[in-house]
Amino acid sequence: MSAATLPDSEQRASGAADASLAERVFRIRESGILAVLIVFVGVTTAVQHRFLDTANIQFMLVDTTTFALLALGETLVVISRNVDLSVGSVVGLSAYLSADLFVGHPGIPIPVVFLAGLGIGLACGVVNGFMVAIGRVPSLVVTLATLYIIRGIDILIVGGNEVDASSLPNAFLDIPKDTIGGIPDIAIAVALIIAIGAYYLRTFRSGRDLYAIGSNPDAARLAGLPVGRRVFTAFAVSGAIAGVAGVLWSAQYGTINSTAGTGYELQVVSAVVVGGVAIFGGSGSVTGAAIGALLLTTISSALYVLGISSFWDQAIWGFLLLVAIALDQTITERLTNALRSRKPGSRKPGSARPGFRKPGARKPAIESPGTTHE
Amino acid sequence: MDVAGSGPSDQPDTAGASPVLELRHATKSFGAVRALVDGSVELRPGEVHALLGENGAGKSTLVKILAGVHQPDDGTLTVGGQEVTLHGPAAARAAGIAVIYQEPTLFPDLTVAENMFVGRQPLRADTGAKGDRRIDRRAMHDEAAAIFQRLGVPLDPARPARGLSIADQQVVEIGKALSLNARVIVMDEPTAALSAAEVDRLFEVIRTLQAQDAAILFISHRLEEVFAICTRVTVMRDGAHVLTSDLAGLTAGDLVRAMVGRELAERPPEAAGAQPGEPVLTVERLTREGVFTDISFTVRSGEIVALSGLVGAGRSEVARAVFGIDRYDAGQVTVSGRPLKKASPTSAMAAGIGFVPEDRRQQGLVMDMSVQQNVALASLARLSQGGLIRASAERAMATDWGARLKIKYGRLTDPVSMLSGGNQQKVVLAKWLGRKPSLLIVDEPTRGIDVGTKAEVHHLLIELARSGVGILMISSELPEVLGVSDRILVMREGALVAEFSHAQASEEVVVSAAMGQQDDLQEGMPR
Repeated sequence: MSAATLPDSEQRASGAADASLAERVFRIRESGILAVLIVFVGVTTAVQHRFLDTANIQFMLVDTTTFALLALGETLVVISRNVDLSVGSVVGLSAYLSADLFVGHPGIPIPVVFLAGLGIGLACGVVNGFMVAIGRVPSLVVTLATLYIIRGIDILIVGGNEVDASSLPNAFLDIPKDTIGGIPDIAIAVALIIAIGAYYLRTFRSGRDLYAIGSNPDAARLAGLPVGRRVFTAFAVSGAIAGVAGVLWSAQYGTINSTAGTGYELQVVSAVVVGGVAIFGGSGSVTGAAIGALLLTTISSALYVLGISSFWDQAIWGFLLLVAIALDQTITERLTNALRSRKPGSRKPGSARPGFRKPGARKPAIESPGTTHE
Repeated sequence: MDVAGSGPSDQPDTAGASPVLELRHATKSFGAVRALVDGSVELRPGEVHALLGENGAGKSTLVKILAGVHQPDDGTLTVGGQEVTLHGPAAARAAGIAVIYQEPTLFPDLTVAENMFVGRQPLRADTGAKGDRRIDRRAMHDEAAAIFQRLGVPLDPARPARGLSIADQQVVEIGKALSLNARVIVMDEPTAALSAAEVDRLFEVIRTLQAQDAAILFISHRLEEVFAICTRVTVMRDGAHVLTSDLAGLTAGDLVRAMVGRELAERPPEAAGAQPGEPVLTVERLTREGVFTDISFTVRSGEIVALSGLVGAGRSEVARAVFGIDRYDAGQVTVSGRPLKKASPTSAMAAGIGFVPEDRRQQGLVMDMSVQQNVALASLARLSQGGLIRASAERAMATDWGARLKIKYGRLTDPVSMLSGGNQQKVVLAKWLGRKPSLLIVDEPTRGIDVGTKAEVHHLLIELARSGVGILMISSELPEVLGVSDRILVMREGALVAEFSHAQASEEVVVSAAMGQQDDLQEGMPR
């Protein structure tokens, strides 16, 4: 064993150095958006000191929570080379139905309402997962359809009705307002959930399977991975998370009609991509996606504080998306080249091609995600 | 290249061993197509068993049955004396069968170690920590490193698979097979994309596996490799088993006859031999920083010039630069006396160059378009009127070339993806021949093509040259280079290092030049 012959410390050191090459990429992506975030906050604060008020920070954190939660679920799906466009509609449906529970059953315990929201979302996610994983319909089509169908159901149920804050219990409306040491409770809770999600994706087989599936679906099937089951689960979890996010949404806004959560799905996908999750799967992290969500919320908030038209909001989001995708490509290319030139010493000394450089090697690397063979 | 250097004689004698795997009379149909009529193969521990057959002979289907990807309609599979049914790839894996596909199926975003252990990573629970389902990364990397040590290939387990050469990707796949304790390792054309040095390394790895009593099913179109590494052989034709025998005592001719069921007229083909005319292509001091340097040569009409060298020596890159796909930093390309615009395939085409790329599926064809559309693709201007493509003209052109090149297709409107590899390559050729090129660049014209069609492609190239076309051919197959071309240029590490006439050339001198071992072979130097 080569490993055993190396001094232990040295081996660990070299292992760490090697691992960092892969992980550095994630870090480059994450620290990249983190840097953008800091610059943005710095510039805005310089112009408008109110921006970093406790109240505004709390407001931004609360605003980010639903968003970051949805980004977590979406990340699971996107990593597996799929997309879930139905989350906005799921948020809307769950927000109304859960708020309506308080109207129909005054005094219902709040955890039960959260469970109900989770159940509604799970049901939607299961439908998506079933059609994608078992029906083998492309997820873009499936979730675009359920985006409309779920919104349609929402409109059928809600009609012209509206639940407003007066029919919701104060304890429920206070959820986004409670703080521990100045930090909103739910921000802490969501941060914990994201940390667990990140840890899970890194250290459990089923989490790694998602990366494998997104990296090369055909190979995943050939390797005997339970591709269908994993993809199904990713959609179910994304749906369930969207259900919970819907309940949080109604607590946060208090007024829920049939338009709740409209357009959320694209914002969530944007946050995920800006956060460095590759849109064609295989790489990225939950943490990155959450930072992406925080960045997008911060931008909206900053523009508001600076009194700039919210038109710019969308323009800047779009711009960031392009930057993120361009960056993604560049990084992948750079990484591929760096890895190619890093000859693993696989040639015997005195072999025919000592230190042989592959000129512009076009062929050998795994380049496109869609390796096919018959 | 280690060609026939170690014959079957010094391989271990496996005749007495009981088979570790036996597939008997397997059949498989896809709709109306009978892909496998009688799939039978028997593997013994410690043997390297060749599986030969033309494209479409049913090898791939047989491999996929062993891999658990397809389930046979009929027939029995016995592994280690037990009859088994493989319901999926996982079942095949559990039965100790590992398959290494021609194009390795790795996950570029995962590390090398994870690629080997995906779906069954060592858990902390394995080393004491009860019920701990977390992945033990350390153990995983150690185990991977130990396997690479066993194979004698120091790959870094912690690096991502992205950017690995095909040869190293195969090593990862082999490592995966080892980590599974696979008793049977199926290699589907593992050498197709490897350079000679990499093939040698692969053979060393195979011998290591063999010494450890694994049974290896080795599929290759290159007979010299079969003779170099294999002990026994099974030949298939038209979906059925033809023969299984010890390799000792068989000749390449025997195997080819068994594969095609007929004598091949000529193999390898003779050189064009026609009198070359005026230069059609003149390349002067072509340089692209870090890729190739100072490349000068000419191709005359009626002449086949081979560009030889190891994979990665810069051959394809030169061809791509000449055709204008890639930029170059210095130098000049002249076609039929007129200088060619840099980096413009359109002007290269206008000047009469045709280009048959290396990767026909990705670059040569539009796989979802019909045979007819693919043939017409490079001649659309000629075939259209007022901006609209005339379907009748397109059909006439495709029918004409289909007949001339003997392309086997169902209907002209079938997607080109339904054709066999050899016929696809003929479609690419037809596409360019339809433009009546004065210079044709062909990059690996017969890669992955069966023996029969290969010979047809060779004849076609020779006929073209006789009709006055200049041909620049890039090929990694020495018999092809030696057999077809009038002149052979050898590249090494981005530079042109030697030139041989057809008469001067032999396998030894070309390989020596390509590998930089030519101290006593100065005569072939161009400058």
